[in-house]
Amino acid sequence: MTQACFHCGLPVPIEPDLQVKIQGEPRAMCCHGCQAVAEAIVAGGLESFYSHRTATSRRPEDLIPAQLERLSMYDREIVQRSFVTVAEGDRRRASLILEGITCAACVWLNERHVRRLPGILTFDVNLSNHRARVEWDATQIQLSDILRAIAAIGYIAHPFDPGKQEEIHRREKRIALRKLAIAGVAAMQVMMLAVALYAGDYSGMDADLQHFMRWVSLVLTVPVVFYSATSFFKNAWRDIQRRQASMDLPVAIAIGGAFLASVWMTLTGGHEVYFDSVCMFAFFLLSTRYLEMGARHRAGEAAEALVRLLPATATRLSSDGAEDIVSVADLRAGDEVLIRPGEVVPADGLVVTGVSSLDESLLSGESLPLLRHPGDPLVGGTLNIESPLVMRIEKVGEDTVVSSIGRLLERAQMEKPRIAYYADLIAGWFVVGLLMLASLVAIWWWFHDPMRAFAITLSVLVVTCPCALSLATPLAITAATGSLTRLGLLATRGHAIETLAKVTDIVFDKTGTLTKGQLRVLDLELLGTQGLTAVLAIAATLEQQSEHPVAKAIGAQATDRVAMTDIVATPGMGVQGYYAGQHYRIGNLQFVSALSSSKVAVNASNRTSVYLGNDTELLTRFDLGDELRPDAATMLVALRNLGISVHLLSGDAQGPVMAVAQELGITQAVFAASPTDKLAYVRQLQDKGAIVAMVGDGVNDAPVLAGANVSIAMGGGTELAHAAADLVILSDHLHYLVAGLQMARRTLGIIRQNLGMSLAYNMSALPLAAAGFIAPWMAALGMSASSLVVVVNALRLRKVDALRAKS
Amino acid sequence: MTVLYFLIPLAIVMMIIAVLFFLWTIRSGQYEDLDGPAYRILMDDDDPLVPRKGDVSDKS
Repeated sequence: MTQACFHCGLPVPIEPDLQVKIQGEPRAMCCHGCQAVAEAIVAGGLESFYSHRTATSRRPEDLIPAQLERLSMYDREIVQRSFVTVAEGDRRRASLILEGITCAACVWLNERHVRRLPGILTFDVNLSNHRARVEWDATQIQLSDILRAIAAIGYIAHPFDPGKQEEIHRREKRIALRKLAIAGVAAMQVMMLAVALYAGDYSGMDADLQHFMRWVSLVLTVPVVFYSATSFFKNAWRDIQRRQASMDLPVAIAIGGAFLASVWMTLTGGHEVYFDSVCMFAFFLLSTRYLEMGARHRAGEAAEALVRLLPATATRLSSDGAEDIVSVADLRAGDEVLIRPGEVVPADGLVVTGVSSLDESLLSGESLPLLRHPGDPLVGGTLNIESPLVMRIEKVGEDTVVSSIGRLLERAQMEKPRIAYYADLIAGWFVVGLLMLASLVAIWWWFHDPMRAFAITLSVLVVTCPCALSLATPLAITAATGSLTRLGLLATRGHAIETLAKVTDIVFDKTGTLTKGQLRVLDLELLGTQGLTAVLAIAATLEQQSEHPVAKAIGAQATDRVAMTDIVATPGMGVQGYYAGQHYRIGNLQFVSALSSSKVAVNASNRTSVYLGNDTELLTRFDLGDELRPDAATMLVALRNLGISVHLLSGDAQGPVMAVAQELGITQAVFAASPTDKLAYVRQLQDKGAIVAMVGDGVNDAPVLAGANVSIAMGGGTELAHAAADLVILSDHLHYLVAGLQMARRTLGIIRQNLGMSLAYNMSALPLAAAGFIAPWMAALGMSASSLVVVVNALRLRKVDALRAKS
Repeated sequence: MTVLYFLIPLAIVMMIIAVLFFLWTIRSGQYEDLDGPAYRILMDDDDPLVPRKGDVSDKS
């Protein structure tokens, strides 16, 4: 571990010695991939990327030439149909997902590099969601050229169809912002005039001027009431039709009533107008709604992300054996499809010819690839690793496993906002009580002082507006979300923090959460006569062709290679080849020992063992396993100190799971659990009254993640788990989970303070308003002041330094 | 005080301009990415032309 690769930060092996001259100094590179990328960046004159980036880049290991070759299929008209929009002439537009974006410098690098290509009209990268929008001239450049250019600097771009839902969200957000802007600017103007009008009430004012100012206020309030506040009226009307009472009902009555009364007063020269209260009220409420909407949109993206597991295209074989690239949407049951190594299975079906191992880790959580023979089922979304397969499609579209997981997820999410439902119900009663109280006040004053009846009723409605009450929670959550993001924890759902604070049990999924999720050679034993260096070189050479995780782990042990001939892989067994006249095999014991017919005592450990041997003897045993994350143990101690019990649920076999549980001292561990078992376990805990947090990383966890009270995904996990989880740990450091828990508990404390304060305010202001001591402007002011106190209190949550130091 | 009859409409005209400007910023998508532009400003496109002698120490 002497030196870190200048490009990707991984340790640099001693051999081969790779260097790239960057910013006038030779920098060490760990592999040819990094070297190629760094050279491309330097050649493009973009080396200042390295001085601006705040995170190391990703290792460009996925850029296999064969895959780059296949990018050209994106140029076909039929493939482009699903994600490319054709503008006038030869202009084309597409959205891309960029993989490998780690910081703002990546955005700069991509934009500079791609915009320089001839024929690129626009290219914009969005740092928040790692998407890019590209527009190009089809006569000058092809889509595949763009993708290849991005690959040359070490990023991977996939074209995708943004989907209808996303378009709707974008439009909703724009409309909400527009309404907010108009209400805000108008509120400022009207309030300025209102100050003058109130001052005029006390010190006397020219009647004409007063009339003029009222008219101006009226004109300014019209767009607020008839544009910005329309959603309140619509919702109130919908609630009346459904015979429900919601927050929107008194809001609509207060806004509508105050506006109509003010218009009447302006026309007839009455004694008071309330335009300022109307605008301010609408503006404050719209602000809260806007924050709410952001949280809701993020929640809906989970199901959309699932569909993206499936590839955009597939290679269909016609009856005469000709290959034809078609879009996955056009596949039908009965079609035969060729899946090359490195490709994703496009739909569910059966293997027809070929034997290969498939990485199903996204769907089953099984960390090792599974071997599939002719007749075995294949699941869409899994990755073919070793050799080409021909499959017959059985199920497409809605019937596939991926879609059904998506539906499970959607249902789990629809079940979720039960707390929100109860809150609405209670709010409904609160509103009904409020309206009855307001009408009682109105009636009483009508008989005692009809002149003041309207003003007082309005004061009651405005002063009791649960504005601070409704700001109390979302604002604290928003502030806490910001702080958590700075700590490396991303809250994707509104309730995440609130629930996290109450968590009593944390359930870990072993794969990739407590462990690093990568196979490594933990131990090796020399069994034969050859020395360590020679053995490692032979093993690494044999394994260098394979994409299998075991092969990668062994290949990483040595950088020396020897000249071997006739290297042949036998899927499921191992690899063999010839070196210096001897026949070598690496793989499982049976396969290797068959060569020399030698025997060895099988080590009954929890680890996967791989053997290397030649035709005279067995040479080495490699013990492979998954390493624990370095901070797993300290985190568990911290969690127990917080009074949280820890569980381990895993789909892996007994051995590895119990090994991890033992090492960490976890007593509640379950192995070989299917997603259904996991969900049942979580439900069982919940039935006992526990509030369960689930920490997972794979798509197979998605239903369980959604079923837990709060779900947490590790940043290294799959894209979907990110989207489905309530919280995502962006870094690989588990101790941020502890920091997040502490933050969540502090947030809940502040929410309680806020709720207490705003309730105290409402309770004390209500009798005063009903008794006629509070004018509407005072009511609006009081409401704003109470909101302000709540806001300031919530903003205290933005201080994270103390917390960061502690963790 | 008659100047108010002129100043208030003037304020409204300026307000309308501000609102229109804001609507334009919404329409041109300036609120889609709230993180990127803050960093983008720090990256000079002409950086390679700046002499970098004595500034080669590891900044990354």
